[in-house]
Amino acid sequence: MADKLTITAMHAALAAKQTSAQALLAAANARIEAKDGKLQAFLTLNPQAQAQAEAVDQAGDFSQPLAGVPVAVKDNIVTKGLTTTAASKILEHFEPIYDATVVEKLNAAGAVTVGKVNLDEFAMGSSTENSAFKVTKNAWDDSRVPGGSSGGSAAAVAAGEVPVALGTDTGGSIRQPAAFNGVIGIKPTYGRVSRWGVIAFASSLDQVGVLSRTVTDAALTLNVIAGHDDKDATTSPEPVPDFTAKIGKSIAGMKIALPAEYLGEGVDPQVAARIQAAADQFRALGATVETVSLPHTKYAVPAYYIIASSEASSNLQRFDGIRYGFRAQDVKNLTDVYVRSRSEGFGPEVKRRIMLGTFSLSAGFYDAYFKKAAQVRTLITRDFEKVFEDYDLIMGPTTPTVAFKIGDKVTDPLTMYMNDILTIPVNLAGLPAASIPAGFVSDMPVGLQLIGKPFEETTIFQAADAFEAANDYLAQLPGGAE
Amino acid sequence: MNFETTIGLEVHVELKTKSKMYSPTPVSYGAAPNTQTNVIDWGFPGVLPSINKGAYSYGIMVALALHADITRDTHFDRKNYFYPDNPKAYQITQSETPLATNGYIEIEVDGKKKRIGIHELHVEEDAGKNQHEDDGYSYVDLNRQGTPLIEIVSEPDIASPEEAYQYLEQLRQIVQFTGASDVKMEEGSMRVDTNLSVAPIGSAKYGTKTEIKNLNSFVHVRDGLAYEQKRQAQLLMAGGTVRQETRRWDVDKKETILMRVKEGADDYRYFPEPDLPPVHVSQAWIDEVAATLPEPPARRRARYVDDWKIPAYDAGVLTNTLEMSDFFEATVAEGADPKLASNWLMGEVSGYLNAEHAELKDVALTPAHLAEMIKLIADGTISSKIAKKVFKEIIVNDTDPKAWVEAKGMVQLSDPAKLTPIIDAVLDANQQSIDDFHSGKDRAVGFLVGKIMQETHGKANPKVVNQILMSELSKR
Amino acid sequence: MITKESVAHVAELSRLSFSDAELTQYTAQLGEILNMVEQLEEVDTTGVPATTQSIHLHNVMREDVPHNDTKVEDLFKNVPTAKGTLIQVPAIIDKEED
Repeated sequence: MADKLTITAMHAALAAKQTSAQALLAAANARIEAKDGKLQAFLTLNPQAQAQAEAVDQAGDFSQPLAGVPVAVKDNIVTKGLTTTAASKILEHFEPIYDATVVEKLNAAGAVTVGKVNLDEFAMGSSTENSAFKVTKNAWDDSRVPGGSSGGSAAAVAAGEVPVALGTDTGGSIRQPAAFNGVIGIKPTYGRVSRWGVIAFASSLDQVGVLSRTVTDAALTLNVIAGHDDKDATTSPEPVPDFTAKIGKSIAGMKIALPAEYLGEGVDPQVAARIQAAADQFRALGATVETVSLPHTKYAVPAYYIIASSEASSNLQRFDGIRYGFRAQDVKNLTDVYVRSRSEGFGPEVKRRIMLGTFSLSAGFYDAYFKKAAQVRTLITRDFEKVFEDYDLIMGPTTPTVAFKIGDKVTDPLTMYMNDILTIPVNLAGLPAASIPAGFVSDMPVGLQLIGKPFEETTIFQAADAFEAANDYLAQLPGGAE
Repeated sequence: MNFETTIGLEVHVELKTKSKMYSPTPVSYGAAPNTQTNVIDWGFPGVLPSINKGAYSYGIMVALALHADITRDTHFDRKNYFYPDNPKAYQITQSETPLATNGYIEIEVDGKKKRIGIHELHVEEDAGKNQHEDDGYSYVDLNRQGTPLIEIVSEPDIASPEEAYQYLEQLRQIVQFTGASDVKMEEGSMRVDTNLSVAPIGSAKYGTKTEIKNLNSFVHVRDGLAYEQKRQAQLLMAGGTVRQETRRWDVDKKETILMRVKEGADDYRYFPEPDLPPVHVSQAWIDEVAATLPEPPARRRARYVDDWKIPAYDAGVLTNTLEMSDFFEATVAEGADPKLASNWLMGEVSGYLNAEHAELKDVALTPAHLAEMIKLIADGTISSKIAKKVFKEIIVNDTDPKAWVEAKGMVQLSDPAKLTPIIDAVLDANQQSIDDFHSGKDRAVGFLVGKIMQETHGKANPKVVNQILMSELSKR
Repeated sequence: MITKESVAHVAELSRLSFSDAELTQYTAQLGEILNMVEQLEEVDTTGVPATTQSIHLHNVMREDVPHNDTKVEDLFKNVPTAKGTLIQVPAIIDKEED
């Protein structure tokens, strides 16, 4: 592998004293300087990064794989003293006074936070066009979207600005941009990673995960951020395995399911063909791949938009212009503080979701909307449970199409929402899933989605690694050949 | 037209936990604004709640004391509304599956017992405080934000302001005896909202109800309800209609005043709290709480009457507060006669506390000292006149009564071996009085006792003196 | 199915204000989204429990031990207007919930 822009490569060089954390940071800053003018992935560079790198060099302990490695953090994850905006005007100058648990863990592992990367405002969107500050470009084609909402994370990793970035995934927000930019993206099982310090979009669906250039790097980073947290009552007490444990092991005998619904209507036939080809590769590696059915798939999008928007409408009420964040000018009374600060501070998509969510929870509509959606969620979860009685893994495309053009869908919310149809069911069921590169359609990367049983991320990594080893998509990354 | 009144009460009680309901910051009073808060209390972006198990256990305790059925599988819900003292713009409460349902309180009005149903009890968090000032701004202090509360919702079983008053008295007592709350209206650890409607007797439907908020004593609750009862009846008799509205009790004007008209139901958009896993209350947990449940006031009263022969009225007074009841029992446990201890507590002690506007915890008196003083009286060591002096001392200062009366020379002379020679000497010197006694002149005894008292500088125990004197006289 | 009036009511609950043109646009968009959502009516959910969390945990609780190491000045770093350690808010003139 020629790529030096991986955790593994950087760690090896650091351990061999061939480089330093400061040199790696300087190189990352130079790449950002060179590329980000066009890419627009970063919102804020960390003024403390140099001090962090110096401290790591001073300590000289590179036993941990992430020590001295530059990382980017999605800007809806709070970083103490480092502006965190959720890409919203309402938090434009917000300075957190505490670190998210995942950031604390990265810091403890010696990782150097280079900066904060762009997203759709409050993670609501699939193109990063809903950021209040900038439109991030796809790393392969700057006329196309990077996907979203972790578009900044995916573009920065694909372009080689940083080897790894944290993202969050509520309905596909890690996997979809990973697919659009040809990188690895893993959304762990709900409860695997602490949400303390993650600015909530939809609490029952949000999960922090990793975007990286190799499967091993994703596993190494997940090793750092995973685990129970007393500050997040929804984190699991399940022991955290070494996520690299099954990497390199044969997948012979693995039983993989391919849901018919994931290759059905709305999925670009060329994308479907890449997935069929991937299935053949898995078979060639000794796995069995069989067609199954997840009959409630088509109800996932409506159920998701009700549930996620309902939770969001409540979660975003705290942005009221009183204790922090944007307060409208010349407000004379409390109603003004609320209404004007929120109306001027939130963007159109956020408002749309708040409206949808408030409506779904309001008197007279709760049963028909919120409750109905929550019941359908149960049926979607049962679909998965049934398949997992017989299979180790589910595979399918991450997205129905490759990355679309900037401006194409942003005015048509419904079409944009349908883009998430293949990733949303996983969040509703709380399952772990990854997107890995699976070739190209029209010179744009295609993502292969691998869905695992709850808390069996290691199986995903095992299959992803086997697939990665059988291909060499990494070498084709825009920033890959350095 | 005659009306019947329907009253429902919603009572909020602050639980006496050390930390808040969903945040580990301390529960404290009187601290500088916002100093007892953290990012959770402020609803900062990214924060998450965690459940205080101690608060939930207190909730179970109160529910058990109110004979309610504990909900075994419960979850929390969000109640959404915007207000500056509500930083998340939602309150985490229990809407769908309250802590407990179907309890009751027994009250007695005009000698008749009545059971008032309790619809439900649920656990929730208190809000912060807004201070409104004249400068065009209001100011927010979040120290109280997140303090654990239980809300106790009565059934509309209450038929008069007096019943409401009795219900609140009983509720306060029962909750206080669990130790789960101070339940003090004046300090805000107990708050009452009322609903009242009137309808013609025999009417199939309830009338339109009005709510009274911001009531800060039980007397105000009773007065406010009485006013509202009359106001609504007069309105209906004059052909008017009652509007659904929220009113407040104006203490000076002695009337309820309109705060706002309620237009339809408030839309709080309740939904299950996604950040907190559900709570399963096991039988073991209930048993554990039940084992620590202090004896309720009714059972204490019965025990005082049955075991210690305390009159029912006195037993009621002694159990008015947990503090008094505990003090009484501790005094008895220290060896005091129950009846004497009760007399002292209801008499001198209560008199002193009332005069000083103090509570038992504010004075130096201890059960041990009170018991010791009572024993000193009972065994004749001190006279009841001296006892009043001793009492003044031990309630003001932390003084051991026995040591004090000895040091002050206030001990009565009760030893017959010491008194007999003195009495004999007085008799020897007053043959005339002995003769008078034998000829039936009772006055002579009084004269002799006076002489003996003179000889002993007033310290002789009159009872013992009398006994010895009579027996000595009969020998002469 | 969803009217401009009900959208205006939802906006009020959400503490958002819209111009008339925006209101018309939101009404149309929400209408489309709700049409899509109506697909859910096809699903028979009789007797199906609601899923509101996707992790099966219960009784995750903390002991009643107080703890606070927050500096009050840190909490005030982002406050738009304050007086001492009080958060200042333009007058509350509307009667709302307390």
